Amino acid sequence: MNKIIITVVGKDTVGIIAKVCTYLAENSINILDISQTIVSGYFNMMMIVDMSKSSADFMNVSDSLEKLGEGIGVVIKCQREEIFDSMHRI
Amino acid sequence: MININEVSETNEMIEKENLDVRTITMGISLFDCISSDLDTLNKNIYEKIYNSAKNLVQTGEDIAKEFGIPIVNKRISVTPIALIGASACKSSDDYVTIAKTLDKVAKEVGINFLGGYSALVSKGMTESDRLLIESIPKALAETDVVCSSVNVGSTKTGINMDAVRLLGDVIVKTAEKTKDNDSAGCTKLVVFCNAPDDNPFMAGAFHGVTEADRIINVGVSGPGVVKTALEKVRGENFEILCETIKKTAFKVTRVGQLVAKEASARLGVPFGIVDLSLAPTPAIGDSVADILHEIGVEHAGAPGTTAALALLNDQVKKGGAMASSYVGGLSGAFIPVSEDQGMINAVNAGALTLEKLEAMTCVCSVGLDMIAIPGDTKSTTIAGIIADEMAIGMINQKTTAVRLIPVIGKKAGDTVDFGGLLGFGPIMNVNRFSCDEFVNRGGRIPAPIHSFKN
Repeated sequence: MNKIIITVVGKDTVGIIAKVCTYLAENSINILDISQTIVSGYFNMMMIVDMSKSSADFMNVSDSLEKLGEGIGVVIKCQREEIFDSMHRI
Repeated sequence: MININEVSETNEMIEKENLDVRTITMGISLFDCISSDLDTLNKNIYEKIYNSAKNLVQTGEDIAKEFGIPIVNKRISVTPIALIGASACKSSDDYVTIAKTLDKVAKEVGINFLGGYSALVSKGMTESDRLLIESIPKALAETDVVCSSVNVGSTKTGINMDAVRLLGDVIVKTAEKTKDNDSAGCTKLVVFCNAPDDNPFMAGAFHGVTEADRIINVGVSGPGVVKTALEKVRGENFEILCETIKKTAFKVTRVGQLVAKEASARLGVPFGIVDLSLAPTPAIGDSVADILHEIGVEHAGAPGTTAALALLNDQVKKGGAMASSYVGGLSGAFIPVSEDQGMINAVNAGALTLEKLEAMTCVCSVGLDMIAIPGDTKSTTIAGIIADEMAIGMINQKTTAVRLIPVIGKKAGDTVDFGGLLGFGPIMNVNRFSCDEFVNRGGRIPAPIHSFKN
């Protein structure tokens, strides 16, 4: 399992999840968990995905998602799961 | 499974509260470079450092990107050069050639600073130690990224007052040689008592003689994170205050531990220590003085400041201790002046004097750090200030350091700007009464009675 956390933050608009999910599917990246909220018009999403079946490498995925985010006016960030795990789990 | 709140907490710390890994420092032993021929020595040093650290910057950048945590500096520390150059260097200028080699290779591998142009003279000075110390003004004036430090005392050996006196002169000469640049050479020179072997923070970093051939040390920092956490417990008692600092320090240090492990694995270099520190930067919201303010003093320097700093320092260490497998370095809170906006404000408001800073150094992790003083301060006065600070370290069995910058051509109340991470600050007033006879005595202050543990 090669877990990556994707966060998407920005002004809410139609199709954000669709676009991100389409990209992930095209690159054989499996979604394990999604949580999403909208706070005063701002879209806030976190995804836990598994990259182990994907042929794309982390840097590529991270750059492509960043660009995809720019296209729809949101900020998309990819981080490896370990940083959250080590900070919040003893 | 990680939840959205934890993810946004981490990312808020990074984006809004300036949480960062302050530095990845690769310590490199240069003992295997020693040669009695100066050219061969310089060539060996260049090759050893280049081959060891050529992937350091790229690895740091990859880790930063993958985890989404900024890694601000990538640095190198080397074995104290006074030891490495001893058999080849017959003059101060010979040592300067080594400084230039270090500068060149540091720039080649793309790091910010290289520390270790150093001498360890806590008990006595060899001829090569003296030559190196005398070469410091020229070495720092003619290089850009080389940093120098001298350990002049320890609890076990006492204080080498000859070295202290000599460093008074060296600091003044360094200031004069770099006077066109606000005496910035002095920002790269630290005088230590009880220097740790594994300090990843500049300018005092060097690769200790007790260390392995190569080692990865990491320094983490997050004053803004601690301050934000404390804002949420405003008005609560000390128990809650301390708990909050501990929990935050734990989280911050865990990030350092993770980065240290990753860097160590990718570079194939053993992991040394995590230095769990609150080291400020000139950026707004990245200030230790602001934490002291949040704890309850109007400005750093007000009554209560030393107690507030003591509890902060202690809780940071307690919280961080469990988060890393090896803690070391100078862990705790740093209280430099020019690098900390809150400290600068406190000096400008008249709340913070050199004497109060000296008192605060009894409970902080280092000492009198990045303090600009009038350019006409006598070298004996500087030696006196160093001696005071070394005595605090020696008696209290802690590390203390002095990084003073006599800014040539400026007087108390003027401001000086060093740019970047070194920041800017007011020139602080120095007590004008003489200590000439004291520092000119020469010799060594004996080790204190509590050093006789064996």
